Amino acid sequence: MALSPYELDEGSMSAVIPAESVKPETEDAFLKQLFTRFIRHKLAVAGLVITVLLILVALLAPWIAPNDPKEVTGVFSAPPSAEHWLGTDQVGRDVLSRLIYATQISLIVGFVTVALYVTVGTLIGIVSAYFGGWLDMLIMRITDMFMAFPFLMVILVVISILGSNMTTIILVLALFSWPSVARLVRGSVLSIKQLDYINAGVALGLSTPRILFRHIFPNAVGPIIVNATFGIASAIMSEAGLSFLGMGVQPPTASWGNMLTDAQSLTVLTDQPWLWVPPGAMILLTVLAINFVGDGLRDALDTRQ
Amino acid sequence: MLNYFIIKLAPGNPVDMFIDPNTPKEVLELRKEILGLNDPVILQYFKWLLNLLQGQLGYSFSSYAPVTKIIGERIGPTLLLASAALIFGMLIAIPVGILSAVKQNTKFDYIMTGLSFIGTSIPQFFLGLGLIYVFAVQLKWFPTGGMITLGGAGGFWDRLTHMILPVFVLGIVIAGKKVRYVRASMLDVMNMDYLRTANSKGLHPFIVTNKHALRNALLPIITVVGMEIPLLLGGSILIEQIFQWPGIGQLTIQSILSRDYPILMGLNLVAALIVLTTNLLTDLLYAAADPRIKYT
Repeated sequence: MALSPYELDEGSMSAVIPAESVKPETEDAFLKQLFTRFIRHKLAVAGLVITVLLILVALLAPWIAPNDPKEVTGVFSAPPSAEHWLGTDQVGRDVLSRLIYATQISLIVGFVTVALYVTVGTLIGIVSAYFGGWLDMLIMRITDMFMAFPFLMVILVVISILGSNMTTIILVLALFSWPSVARLVRGSVLSIKQLDYINAGVALGLSTPRILFRHIFPNAVGPIIVNATFGIASAIMSEAGLSFLGMGVQPPTASWGNMLTDAQSLTVLTDQPWLWVPPGAMILLTVLAINFVGDGLRDALDTRQ
Repeated sequence: MLNYFIIKLAPGNPVDMFIDPNTPKEVLELRKEILGLNDPVILQYFKWLLNLLQGQLGYSFSSYAPVTKIIGERIGPTLLLASAALIFGMLIAIPVGILSAVKQNTKFDYIMTGLSFIGTSIPQFFLGLGLIYVFAVQLKWFPTGGMITLGGAGGFWDRLTHMILPVFVLGIVIAGKKVRYVRASMLDVMNMDYLRTANSKGLHPFIVTNKHALRNALLPIITVVGMEIPLLLGGSILIEQIFQWPGIGQLTIQSILSRDYPILMGLNLVAALIVLTTNLLTDLLYAAADPRIKYT
């Protein structure tokens, strides 16, 4: 079976695409290599640790938050004290508890949005690239149209009509994010489609879905994961921005974005920094951590080095 | 080139579908009738298209002023803000990116790459609020918002001091993203053979970097800057809201709150036009920078 030119070809191929899942042991070796590369990126590891901590905070919110986030527990606009570590907001709710519960919102929005649009985008991208022709043309024009519009402006309009809550935000963000994934996937599928082993698969008479999902998709997955990681960060940021404008998660439910809304008034900005500095810092920390993870993954998956 | 015509044929299409169906419930039935809101959605849309062909964008629901006039008043400040921010951002990104690439893997490179990450990860509204707090409230160097001092003498300096903070916020985010592009692009180019030739000819490193490498590295950067425009317009919505800047971003929020659909339709059209124009400009610039590309 193993003719020498074929072997040579396979060797050069795995240099380009290490994810080629020929044998289980090469896959293990690949994952190990990926891990060692990722570990070398110190900031990425720090980012991963922070992300995991944030996920824990979100999961354990009911147990670690000192108060109910929606309940009035003290004097309003009280500065930080032993009882309320980060003070209370303008209605008298505990800022720390709200901050902890808001972690849930941000992470849910981030992960669910990305899971949704990456799935849709990947499917559309694979279909578009593999079948080509008028379908490809049509899909690409649609992505052009989506990408030409100022993202935030359109999202604001849509949300103002559909009403603002977490579900609409997730759906709308996903609706306007899939085109970039579709294009990315299309690009890598187009280049993989050219490779000999796909022709071999076709010649062997494998079914189209099998070729698409068993043979093409695993080799295109690297860039998708990187894109998804950055996508989580940007979805979290978009949610915060929308909530900040009052078009996102609505009070009394706490979100880092809507906690910052109050700071638009100069009195809050000047005299009550405990109301707006912590949520802003949390957004920065979360987004930064996830971006570092994404950067680490990109370096680890980038085989050009 | 064909792409642009295809997009141009469909300005506002996906958006308008969303805008039309929900007619404001709080508006009186009578007024609805006058404004034609009781007509079927499709009919409304075609009426709007027909008016558009005659250069009419209709009248605002709330102030009854022509949409073209309202948007016309607001668009200048936004373009001023956005272009100033773009220039400011690139003025930081290009030199820093070049230096990072030339001094790859040095302390400077690491610090700048780290800073660029913070620049892209900081929420614009948080940075804006922080800057207002420090520079406007505490230090009182700059005004907290607006475009000119109300009742003041106005003039160039007045406007400049109002611009510095918002331009800085918008520009920092752009710079943060672009530093990495410039750096990556320079690194790609610097491994090319013709640069080795240039170096071995004994040309001064400064000339090699800035004349030979930079020109080639700029090509991908031009495309990336063009892609930045829609994001810039989106970002200006938040910034204009925070700094009370009287541009189309602020108008967007106001119109959404007052459900002023004719203005929103107009705004989306204008935004699409701006994006298309900048796409075209990007292409032309690309051709100007790369003599290998010719449009026939």
